Amino acid sequence: MKQPIISFKNVMKTYDGDVKVLKNISFDIEEGKFYTLLGPSGCGKTTILRMIAGFSEPTKGDIYFEGKRINEISSNKRQVNTVFQDYALFPHMNVFENIAFGLKVKHLPKKQIEQKVKEALKMVRLDGYEKRGINEMSGGQKQRVAIARAIANEPKVLLLDEPLSALDHKLRTDMQYELRELQQRLGITFIFVTHDQEEALAMSDEIFVVNDGLIVQSGTPVDIYDEPINHYVADFIGESNIVDGVMIKDELVEFVGHQFTCVDSGMRSNEPVEVVLRPEDLTLTDLAHGKLQVKVDTQLFRGVYYEIICYDEAGNEWMVHSTRKSVPQTVCGLDFEPEAIHVMRFNESEEDFDARLESYEE
Amino acid sequence: MKKVQTLFAIPYFLWLLLFVFAPVALIVFYSFLNTSGQFTLQNYDSYFTSGKYLIMTFNSVWYAFLITLITLIISYPTAYFLTKLKHKDLWLLLIILPTWINLLLKAYAFIGIFGIHGGVNKFLEFFGFAPHQILFTDFSFIVVAMYIELPFMIIPIFNALEELNPSLLSASHDLGANNIQTFIKVVLPLSMNGVKSGIQAVFIPSLSLFMLTRLIGGNRVITLGTAIEEHFLVTQNWGMGSTIGVVLIIAMIIVMILTGEKKKRGGQ
Repeated sequence: MKQPIISFKNVMKTYDGDVKVLKNISFDIEEGKFYTLLGPSGCGKTTILRMIAGFSEPTKGDIYFEGKRINEISSNKRQVNTVFQDYALFPHMNVFENIAFGLKVKHLPKKQIEQKVKEALKMVRLDGYEKRGINEMSGGQKQRVAIARAIANEPKVLLLDEPLSALDHKLRTDMQYELRELQQRLGITFIFVTHDQEEALAMSDEIFVVNDGLIVQSGTPVDIYDEPINHYVADFIGESNIVDGVMIKDELVEFVGHQFTCVDSGMRSNEPVEVVLRPEDLTLTDLAHGKLQVKVDTQLFRGVYYEIICYDEAGNEWMVHSTRKSVPQTVCGLDFEPEAIHVMRFNESEEDFDARLESYEE
Repeated sequence: MKKVQTLFAIPYFLWLLLFVFAPVALIVFYSFLNTSGQFTLQNYDSYFTSGKYLIMTFNSVWYAFLITLITLIISYPTAYFLTKLKHKDLWLLLIILPTWINLLLKAYAFIGIFGIHGGVNKFLEFFGFAPHQILFTDFSFIVVAMYIELPFMIIPIFNALEELNPSLLSASHDLGANNIQTFIKVVLPLSMNGVKSGIQAVFIPSLSLFMLTRLIGGNRVITLGTAIEEHFLVTQNWGMGSTIGVVLIIAMIIVMILTGEKKKRGGQ
């Protein structure tokens, strides 16, 4: 493996002596990938970003950039640039001056600055906006200027602090495509911070799920969605049905009073576990074909699908996503494949989890 | 609803009429009258042709400029420092506090402090210096004027710096600027509105300071303010006094235009 561009080694951060924002964070960031730090507000993800940018220093632990320790390097000497949540564009400068700021500070020749600003504007598709004032721009355009200003400096790593949160839904989805495309064209590392799991799933090569000052799980969007490590991740990412169960033996799990074949293994026999079933993996069928008997309670039309809430005989709630309409109060069967059942152990560490998955997946 | 609004507007318009428009109109009117009450341009003629008034005008502008410059030099770092403090509102209050005390009282206090047997000379004596004439000098006039005007410069600059979005400073550092570059390229231009308001609030009143010129400056410093007082109270030449008043009003308008808000390119 290549040397990681950024490494965190047992990084801790405490404020005012006892408030632990980051408990023990270690991770490696490889060059040229799109990373997302995903978590609810206050989980510490922005603190991680600020440490990479150089606005905040770890209380304990080390941060490495291309193998060199950078804990004490000030932010203006780091080869990273940030796109701020509120854009932080300089209101007394026009678009050109904003983007040229970093280049002027580095005393580049005028010709070169003009060239680079032009290129950066082209990258974000704002050609010809050089002379515009910042307040004459819409939210989406300001966003692009902020990105152009950061990439004009040709950073090795671009940090994005919830940059899409102020945009409306449609624009946000468009920007997701554009950011992803931009990252692939530039080929530099993006580290994106968000609390929006859809954004994270759509754009990232790699997601770090952060909760309460710890990285709970890291992996590709598909890995994290299909194989959440615990209740928290399963619940935070996507919609899910989570029930308690018991692992009878390898590839056999019992929940809501029935035994089902599954594809998980490597656990103690009769170990208590939690079981996740994604709503889109569940289908409503007639009573004879169903693995469970459920009664339809309510139904919401979501556009692409219906969100149907059912209850089984034991009173557990099941959320089903279906393109077919159902009728509330009817009793029907609930069906799913063995692959749809995902078993989670309590308090399993990420290393153990990964090792266990590898043992039977390959 | 509309009626209530009109009702509420009455005090304001009364104020405007009685204390802004009417006095200005009267001053302009009187400036065209000579001592015997005839309509004439003579006052303006003598203002611009007799060197005495032009020197006074120059003096006024020069002292107002000095006072403004020195207060600005002291106020900017002070305001910047105040924004970094933990209990900044308390520290700011301590600066505002002296403005609540009557100007005359403060002037008299300085007479005591600067007098030949005053605190400053006692202090100098202690170190073996002979007592100096401090009171009734240009120096004492500028010091006291500055002391009085200082809060009016600090407050607008402090407010401008407080409004500065801290993420702009982060952005500047992030883009590679060091502290000095950030200050020159971001902090200073974005606090310029505060500086301009401060200049307005100090320069304009300083143009017509007259009481201090008498009490502290000992009439060595003769400004337009002193001249107006002389004309109205001593020589009873109201016409000439009003003419100087008109000149002062025009000077104020010029300062307002020079330091006024220009159309900003960005704005917040």
